[in-house]
Amino acid sequence: MKVISFIRVLFFFLYFLLIASPLSFAQEDLSQSWFNPHRVNMLIFLIFFFAIIIYFIDRAKKGKSLFIRRIAGLDAIEEAVGRATEMGKPVLFIPGIEDIDQIQTVAAMIILGNVAKMVAAYDTPLFVPICRPMVVPVAEERVKEGYASAGRPDAYNRDNVRYISDEQFAYAAGVQGIMLRDRPAANLMFGSFFAESLMLAETGFLTGAIQVAGTANIHQLPFFVVACDYTIIGEELFASSAYLSKEPKLLGSLKGSDLTKAIIIGILALGAILETLGITQFTRWFFIE
Amino acid sequence: MKRILEKLETLDRRIIFIFIFLSIAIPLLLPVNMDFSVTPPVRSFYDAIESIPPGSKVLVSCDYDPGSMPELFPMNVAAFYHLLSRDLKVITIQLWPTGTLLAERAMSEVLKDLPVKEYGVDWVNLGFKEGREVVMVSLGTSIPKTFPNDMHGTKIEDIPIMEGVNTFDDIAMLVNISGGLPGTREWVQQVVLRYHVKLGSGCTAVVAPEFYPYLQSGQLVGLLGGMKGAAEYEKLIKRPGTARRGMDAQSVSHIVVFLFILIGNIAYFSVKGVKKRLKV
Amino acid sequence: MRREIPIAICFLAGIFYTLELFIPHRQVLSIFETVRQWAQILIAFAYVLAIANILRVNFHAIQKNQRDWPYKVVLIVSLFFMITLGIFFGGIGEGTIFDWVYYHAQYPLQSTMFALLAFFIASAAFRAFRIRTLEAALLAVTAVLVMIGRVPVGEELWNNFPDFTEWIMNVPQLAGKRAIMIGAALGAISTALKVLTGLERTYLGGE
Repeated sequence: MKVISFIRVLFFFLYFLLIASPLSFAQEDLSQSWFNPHRVNMLIFLIFFFAIIIYFIDRAKKGKSLFIRRIAGLDAIEEAVGRATEMGKPVLFIPGIEDIDQIQTVAAMIILGNVAKMVAAYDTPLFVPICRPMVVPVAEERVKEGYASAGRPDAYNRDNVRYISDEQFAYAAGVQGIMLRDRPAANLMFGSFFAESLMLAETGFLTGAIQVAGTANIHQLPFFVVACDYTIIGEELFASSAYLSKEPKLLGSLKGSDLTKAIIIGILALGAILETLGITQFTRWFFIE
Repeated sequence: MKRILEKLETLDRRIIFIFIFLSIAIPLLLPVNMDFSVTPPVRSFYDAIESIPPGSKVLVSCDYDPGSMPELFPMNVAAFYHLLSRDLKVITIQLWPTGTLLAERAMSEVLKDLPVKEYGVDWVNLGFKEGREVVMVSLGTSIPKTFPNDMHGTKIEDIPIMEGVNTFDDIAMLVNISGGLPGTREWVQQVVLRYHVKLGSGCTAVVAPEFYPYLQSGQLVGLLGGMKGAAEYEKLIKRPGTARRGMDAQSVSHIVVFLFILIGNIAYFSVKGVKKRLKV
Repeated sequence: MRREIPIAICFLAGIFYTLELFIPHRQVLSIFETVRQWAQILIAFAYVLAIANILRVNFHAIQKNQRDWPYKVVLIVSLFFMITLGIFFGGIGEGTIFDWVYYHAQYPLQSTMFALLAFFIASAAFRAFRIRTLEAALLAVTAVLVMIGRVPVGEELWNNFPDFTEWIMNVPQLAGKRAIMIGAALGAISTALKVLTGLERTYLGGE
């Protein structure tokens, strides 16, 4: 039955996408329109994607167990914090160099909360250098909250969450300084990184710290893979909150994303075959005007 | 011999640093000027500008900082020169605070070769505006409202080049010199999709591979990737600059890195033998 | 209420920006424009928060005579020095004192930092490109081909080297990159949805 209902949803989606949505429009003035008809396909995709996620969240709420594969990088966080505790050295958490409006930074903040809980339980100092002003209050709140939920609100040191600079390389220099002076035993780098990624990771390697990094900035992944002990790649970063909390609602949303990805792979394969056969209409339906 | 190989396997990184330094410094001091051809992404960037009718207005967003200046400044200068020499009007803005003075400097270099070009008539610098993607989208609604003054505080209405410029419809092409975020990715996501602007990008070499999907899909009309891209572009506009001079240094340093990889592997397999290393 | 109100604001703001993609009406666009101006003001004010944080952290360190405290004095003096130059000594245009300091201090400092990357890349490549497995061999060989093919010396060695590297960039490289991009984009949309609907509220704290 579930398969049939899924096929129905898929059929509904494809029907709207391929038949009901207009194929092409002349350039007209839309300043008096309440809906942009050129973006029907985009709207349908969003609704479909959201519907799938909500469906899986609902399933998870009803108590269906959902499998999530092991993500070695996220498991390694606890190992890294444990090692820092054994060595009596601090943990350094670098949440990327982007602002809080970037979803990668939000994901980093979610991981930061979990890390703060761990370090509070182990009574290990946690340094969080920040690159963008708007991230400061969120990071402060997350760390404070982590300490509070571990029953150690008194151990929270506000000065350990510190704004460095929103200049990329000034920030990199500042963080490298922290690595060399305070010699953290664990460097956790999650979020959006650019050219500073290898500078940070190599300096961390030099200090002998255990390093776990995660980013969805594909161009920086090779650097992290080369210089860090564990690397979390692309979407694994966004799966972190579900993975770390194991909360059914969050796991449900992960399942929804996975199913959508499977559908996209199907559409891509079909599109590639049709394009090869010279049928271009199918792919044109996906163009966004 | 074995001891030498063992040492080579765990070579002190400072020795690598010395070789890299020499491989960059010597060719810069004693250039050979190796020739190179132009790759398709650079060619299409050039062609996109060539196809714009003279007198049209081009928006150039200089979003970088001194850190990425060695790679991006030459392409910024080259782009300004190409645009102005084709009698196109240049409107420049910056979404990075550090970009403002770099754009000014790039323009002063160009004006040495094209002294007839006049501020306010042939080009204008609207300066920096904080807000990143928000500014990008705002430009689509109203350029004068987003930038009511230029960087010197002159009102937009009093600047001749800005006459008739309201939205992206009045802009023939957008050029982004991108050092990171906000940069080309955000211009594609926020502006190209919404306002159908032709976008050409100049970016650092390390980020360039990320923009290849946009290039293939046509969301970017051309791409200058790193110093090599800038050098190719300089070759096309027939104005050799600092990027061209950097090509020898880049060639030699790449060869040195390759040799180190080779030495590392020879030492790696020689110390314990191929069989043990590959566990066959 | 401490959590409900921010979640409600977050939800409304998210829906608002999503709707903007689909509603092209002039009246609605003018509302979006106003909200965007608010956002710009808000972002600009965040710098005040950041400066307060810098001053607090560094003053504490100076007061407590922490290790390396003189550097913190340099930081605070430099901060106010540049602000003063920009505001009271002719602005930030070309030819001003601000421009001079920027060009002769910030430019070489930042360029040096970025230039360090060349050294780090070389040492990381030396360490990482050991052919331990078949995958590592493929990675190392591809890296070397692209590295040599993208500089003039590659063309001197073989005329078609640049075309070959362009092919590597356009086909195998792009295929892998697209796959990660699609996955990351879906992950980002899904996280955004969770944040908007309040399912993911850990980032707010105060649980």
